[in-house]
Amino acid sequence: MSWDIVIGIETHVQLTTQTKIFSGAPTSFGMPANENACLVSLAYPGTLPVLNKEAVKKAIKFGLAVNADIAEHSVFARKNYFYPDLPKGYQISQFELPVVNNGFLTIGDNKKIRILRAHLEEDAGKSVHGILNNQTGIDLNRAGTPLLEIVTEPDMNSAQEAIAYAKKLHNLVQWIGVCDGNMQEGSFRCDVNVSVKPSGSDKLGTRREIKNLNSFRNMEQAINFEVNWQIEQLEDGNEIVQSTVLFNPDNGETRAMRSKEEANDYRYFPDPDLLPLKITQEDIDDIRLTLGQLPEESIKKLVEDFKLNDADASIITTNKQTYEFFQSLISEGLDPKITANWIVVNLFAKLNDNELSINQSPINKDQFVLLIRRIMDKTISNNAAKKIFDLLWDDPKVDVDQSIESLGLKQVSDASAILPLVQEVIAHNQAMVEQFKSGKDKAFNALVGQVMKLSKGKANPGQVSELLKGELDKV
Amino acid sequence: MKNLSLKELNLGLSSKKFSSEELTRFFLNEIKTFNPKINAFITLDEEKSLQQARDADKRISQDNMNELTGIPIAQKDIFCAKGWKTTCGSKMLDNFYSPYDSKVIELFNQSGAVNLGKTNMDEFAMGSSNETSYYGKVRNPWNLDYVPGGSSGGSAAAVASGMAPAATATDTGGSIRQPASLCGLTGLKPTYGLVSRFGMIAFASSLDQAGPIAKSAEDCALMLKVMAAHDTRDSTSIKQNIPDYLKSLDNPIKGKTIGLPKEFFNDDLNQEVKIVLEQVIDSYQKMGVNFKEISLSNSHLSIPVYYVIAPAEASSNLSRYDGVKFGYRAKEFKDLEEMYLKTREQGFGEEVKRRILVGTYVLSAGYYDAYYLKAQKIRRLIADDFKNAFKECDLILAPSCPSTAFKIGDKTEDPVSMYMQDMYTISTNLAGLPAISSPAGFINKMPVGFQLIGNYFDEATILNFTHQYQRITDWHQKTPEAAV
Repeated sequence: MSWDIVIGIETHVQLTTQTKIFSGAPTSFGMPANENACLVSLAYPGTLPVLNKEAVKKAIKFGLAVNADIAEHSVFARKNYFYPDLPKGYQISQFELPVVNNGFLTIGDNKKIRILRAHLEEDAGKSVHGILNNQTGIDLNRAGTPLLEIVTEPDMNSAQEAIAYAKKLHNLVQWIGVCDGNMQEGSFRCDVNVSVKPSGSDKLGTRREIKNLNSFRNMEQAINFEVNWQIEQLEDGNEIVQSTVLFNPDNGETRAMRSKEEANDYRYFPDPDLLPLKITQEDIDDIRLTLGQLPEESIKKLVEDFKLNDADASIITTNKQTYEFFQSLISEGLDPKITANWIVVNLFAKLNDNELSINQSPINKDQFVLLIRRIMDKTISNNAAKKIFDLLWDDPKVDVDQSIESLGLKQVSDASAILPLVQEVIAHNQAMVEQFKSGKDKAFNALVGQVMKLSKGKANPGQVSELLKGELDKV
Repeated sequence: MKNLSLKELNLGLSSKKFSSEELTRFFLNEIKTFNPKINAFITLDEEKSLQQARDADKRISQDNMNELTGIPIAQKDIFCAKGWKTTCGSKMLDNFYSPYDSKVIELFNQSGAVNLGKTNMDEFAMGSSNETSYYGKVRNPWNLDYVPGGSSGGSAAAVASGMAPAATATDTGGSIRQPASLCGLTGLKPTYGLVSRFGMIAFASSLDQAGPIAKSAEDCALMLKVMAAHDTRDSTSIKQNIPDYLKSLDNPIKGKTIGLPKEFFNDDLNQEVKIVLEQVIDSYQKMGVNFKEISLSNSHLSIPVYYVIAPAEASSNLSRYDGVKFGYRAKEFKDLEEMYLKTREQGFGEEVKRRILVGTYVLSAGYYDAYYLKAQKIRRLIADDFKNAFKECDLILAPSCPSTAFKIGDKTEDPVSMYMQDMYTISTNLAGLPAISSPAGFINKMPVGFQLIGNYFDEATILNFTHQYQRITDWHQKTPEAAV
């Protein structure tokens, strides 16, 4: 029996505001425990929430970026439950009337993933287990950090699609400057709802929710494990029980939480301490002006303006830093295609090997520009450039021109210098010349290789081909 | 000094007849004499009070004083005051010393008033008799066997017995007006949003509002002038020009109209209270005020609506008292859940637990629509009734309470009859309107008040009308010397 996989994702995106969503306490990460816990964070008697407008602006910005409706009127509600790291005994969230509704993102080959809603809420603190005589401590630094919870429809049908959506979202929220995207620090966390149903069936299966996935690798493993587990259960004639599960990265498995851990009636009701959130068309228009060019439009521009192919354009828009890096290189007058190729092939290979982001690249931009310029003006070949690029990676002080000199990588484009080499190769490789004459194209490449070898790699391969063709014609 | 008005105290201070320190010592002495019998104060801190008094004297000597500088004011123990034990009448906060000032305390401090002490109250302001306080019941200065009303019973008893010239209070369903009525005082609940709730420990956030309990409308006007201020730390605080309530006290009221809700003046109204109210109407008529029957057709739903909304909000507001961060924590427990259960079981009193249970129930899945949502809809209808009524009149006159004070213990076994105490006051909280209770006479030697309800932010008119009534009557000047 074959099965359809159905996946919906809820993402908690930490908004990059200076202060918390309902107080003036800072949101800085990595502070000593409770350093950022003000009286509001601690839920002291008599304290009241005051909405941080920056958080609202960022929510609207996100809504606009995913073509969503921005609610004129939305409401903050209390989600009531007891937990030591939830200082008020309730979380201020949005329930019935969220600020963002009905947006979408596209993945892969133009598949639309519908975004049902995105709502503002406050983060909880953290329980720190096993400190001071094995007791549990509470760190409320994170309590009150603004979150945007982004909820999709169950529109994804494989782990690959789920990852593609999550990556696209991850790029977008950073691109528009609403989230730092730091998954290790918990700035971007996904809950993934997974169900399976017999292929083609209209009826959705019972879902299980995998909580708090904070890397794409974990997400992929967790979904795959969960899908296989559910299919196994169903094929064994068991029923899936709706539940919340946790992923254990150590063994790659998901495990249902105890029913007690999830048996909550949250008793949502509108928070009487906060007025309904009113957003005017004017507010929306103002924020639209700050939105800038989005990744999708950037891809289009790369293809139209610079004739890049879709694949390269997509990679260059993986994140805003790469796109801006590319643009800054082009503004130096570099050839777009050569530049794109160098970023996509060489720079990204190095970054990936070393698990670095573009921000952490050790490459000196000025020297990188010079390197590409030297390819463009045919001073060096692409292969020679790679050698220098390796040097640049290891030592940002390396000077491109000096290295070309000292390594003798200067390309020979002078016909009078290359011609004798071509003639020499023809003279010494009669067998290959014969093969070429009898129609074997491969032999031509071999002859080019010989000339290059003879030039110690310095001859301009294009020119070699040209001269070789001419000389072979004469034979 | 005992029965002087705030204005007279101000005059005494500014003319150096007495210093703030002398005045403060006088009231602290009165408290020493009478508080053991009345139990109006939970916390006193002589040193802090006297320090403030000396600071005020310095201000006075520098001619830098305003109406309340140097005057001791009793503060309901619901207002967080920096360095003061702030209990809200609960064991849960018996060890809680506030690290910050509420907006109300901040405003009194800025004006140079002296914090005389923190007054007793029903636990978390839940009650109408001041019998639910962890710190013991408060007695009515007019007869020590009777309740002073609640939840601001301590504030009312303190002022009525002359232990304080005036006091702050809060009103969620009648907690300023009912004790004012039962103790022969003037108590004003302002429009929701006029006085900041920042630092005022929450009972039911959409209903809670702070105001004064004092001996006269004039004193209330002075107090309100200090308390009313926009506050960015309270999102429900409304930006509003604060008029000088004193200036309008003597505005002419002739030719104005007071509405009489037919739903309040029906057969259910206590006959003795009715007679008193008729005398009030007569007094106003003599001053040229017209009366008109109006209708508040949904007012009979106020109590059930209130007892859905207020407990719902309270059940959530009181979740923070879990033993984790501050306040009471049970001594022994084997795990987290038991810590929660024992802390809340031991830290809260019966009435608070009853309301948490009710509130939790009405918000639960499956009951929310039938109770909470429906109550909110009716709340809107109740507010609309008033809106329509104010098209026909300037103010509305109503009873403050169904009766005079009742005996201690009389209603403790019957919560619903206790809840009925607020039948005439609750609808204004639901609508967010301002209202005052002013003394109007006595029934069997116990004071009784009447209520004037105004339109939004029309405290000036309420105080104006009350002051004019108090100019031609002396009920508000009666003091319970005999009882004390």
